[in-house]
Amino acid sequence: MATGVAAINEKHRADIVVAYEHPLIVRLAHWLNAAALFVMIGSGLRIFLAFPSFGPKIPQENFVNIPRQLTIGGWLGGALQWHFTFMWIFVGSGLMYLVYQIATGHWRQVLFMPRDIKGVWPMARHYFLFGPKPEVEAAYNPLQKLAYTLTVLLGVVSTLTGMVLYKPAQFWWLAWPMGGYHYARIWHFIAMCGFVAFIPGHLIMVAAHGWNNFYSMITGWKRDPEYLG
Amino acid sequence: MADDPKDEQRSGDEAPEQRAEPELEPSDGPRGQGARPSLDPPSAGPAGEPIRVVSQKERGRMNRRELLKLVPVVAVGAFAIPKFRRPLLDKGLAFSDWASGKLFGRHRLAQTFPDREVAAFDAFPYNFYDVADPGVDLEAWKLTVGGLVQRPGDYSLKQIQALPKVVQNTRHVCVEGWDVIGNFGGARASDFLRVIGADTSARFLETQCADGYYESIDMETMLHPQTLFCYEMYGKPLDRGHGAPLRLQMPTKLGYKQAKYLVSIKVTNVLLGGLRGYWEDQGYSWYGGL
Repeated sequence: MATGVAAINEKHRADIVVAYEHPLIVRLAHWLNAAALFVMIGSGLRIFLAFPSFGPKIPQENFVNIPRQLTIGGWLGGALQWHFTFMWIFVGSGLMYLVYQIATGHWRQVLFMPRDIKGVWPMARHYFLFGPKPEVEAAYNPLQKLAYTLTVLLGVVSTLTGMVLYKPAQFWWLAWPMGGYHYARIWHFIAMCGFVAFIPGHLIMVAAHGWNNFYSMITGWKRDPEYLG
Repeated sequence: MADDPKDEQRSGDEAPEQRAEPELEPSDGPRGQGARPSLDPPSAGPAGEPIRVVSQKERGRMNRRELLKLVPVVAVGAFAIPKFRRPLLDKGLAFSDWASGKLFGRHRLAQTFPDREVAAFDAFPYNFYDVADPGVDLEAWKLTVGGLVQRPGDYSLKQIQALPKVVQNTRHVCVEGWDVIGNFGGARASDFLRVIGADTSARFLETQCADGYYESIDMETMLHPQTLFCYEMYGKPLDRGHGAPLRLQMPTKLGYKQAKYLVSIKVTNVLLGGLRGYWEDQGYSWYGGL
C-alpha cells in the first residue's frame, strides 16, 4: 500500500549505517594514554633541561637546547611532580590496553608480523605518493600495524628505562642490561624521540581519514564505514 | 528472517508485504535486535565488528551514552584547573613516595664499581644550595645527637672514626640528571645509631647542617648497610666543598638527601612544622630514593 511504503520510507530516510570500531576500553586507554603522553613529554623535556647533556657534568657539554615554551612544570621540581603523577596514568592506561588486547585476542588484528612486511610499502606509497589504494583485507592495514605495534614497544621501552631512571638501585637488574643509569637516560630520551616522530604522522593520517573516523575513537561507532563502499 | 549480507541492495520502495516481517523499526542500539529497513549492510565488518543501521535519534542517544562512558578521561582535565592542580600534584607525588617506600629493600645493595671506573676527583662536582664552604670550625666541630636515643650529647669526629670504616665506590645521582661514580669512606650509619642507643623503630632521622640546609631520612634507609656517616673521599678527609668534616652518604638516595657539613642529628617520629627537608619543602620528593 502506497501510504504504508511512503510512511516507512519517510521514517527510514534519515537512517545511518554505523560500525562498532573501538570498544570502550580501547577508547579509554587511547585518550588517557594520549593525555598522559602529552604531559610526560612536556614535563620530561623540562626535567631534561636541568642537565641537557648525555656527557659528564665536568666539563658539561649540552646536547640540545629545548625551548622552555615546549615544557611543562615551570622548574625541575614542578616538572618532576607532573612526571611522577602522570606516569601512573600512562602506565595504567597502557597496561589496560595490553591486557584487554591479549584477553580478547584482538592483539591479532594489530600486531605487526613478518607477513605484513610486504604490505607496508604499497600502503605508504598510497598515503604519501598517491599510489593505488591496496585492498582492504583486515581491520588494520600493514602500515597501521607497524605504527601501532611500534608505539606499544616505545611505551614499554620508555616505561622500563623510566623505572631504571627512577630507581636504579631497586631495579639494578633492569639497569644492568641497559648499561646503567647513564645509558638508561639516553634510551629514555630516544624512546621519547620515537613518540615525537610518531605523533604528527598519526594525526595527519587521522585527519586524512575524515571526521567519521576520528569520531569513532570517541563514541566507538564509525558512520558510513569506508569498506562498505 | 535471515538476511543474506551478500544480497544486492534493494530499492526503498519495495512493497512491505513481500517481506517476512510486517513492521520495520530502526535498530534500537548496539544491543538491539530490531529488524533492518530495506537497505541491508552486512552484519559485521572485516574484523567482526557489529554493523547497525540506526535512526538519527538513536545515533544521538548512542553518542551521548558513549561520551558519558568516557568521563574518566574528562576527569584528567581537573589538572588544567589551577585550584585543583596543587593538591592533585601533591597527592601524585605522595603516592609515588609511598610506592617508593614499599619498593625499598633494606638488603638490596646499590651497584658498586671497581676502582678503574671511579671518576677522577676533579671530575666530581661540588654541589650546594647556598655556598660551597660555610666555614665550619673543624677544630671545634662536634655532632650534637638528640631525640629518641639513649645516649644523647656531643660526639667528636674521632668517636665516629673509631667505628669500623667502610669504603665504597658507588654512583652519586643528582636529581638534575647527572651522575658520577665516586669513592667514599665512613662509618656505617647503623653502627653509629647503635653506639648512641637510637630507637631504630622510630620513623626518621632529622639532620641540621652548618650552611642552614636541613634534611630528614626514613629509618629504613638509615639502617641500610651502604648508608654511611662519611668523612673521607678518595682516601682523604672530606674537603670543605664536599661537606667537611662529616656528611651523609647513601647510594640508595638522590644527592640532595645526602646532607653535608652535618651539625646535629635527631631520631624522631614527628617532623615538626612542615620542615621535611630544604628542597622537599619547595616541592621535591621527600623520599628521594634510588
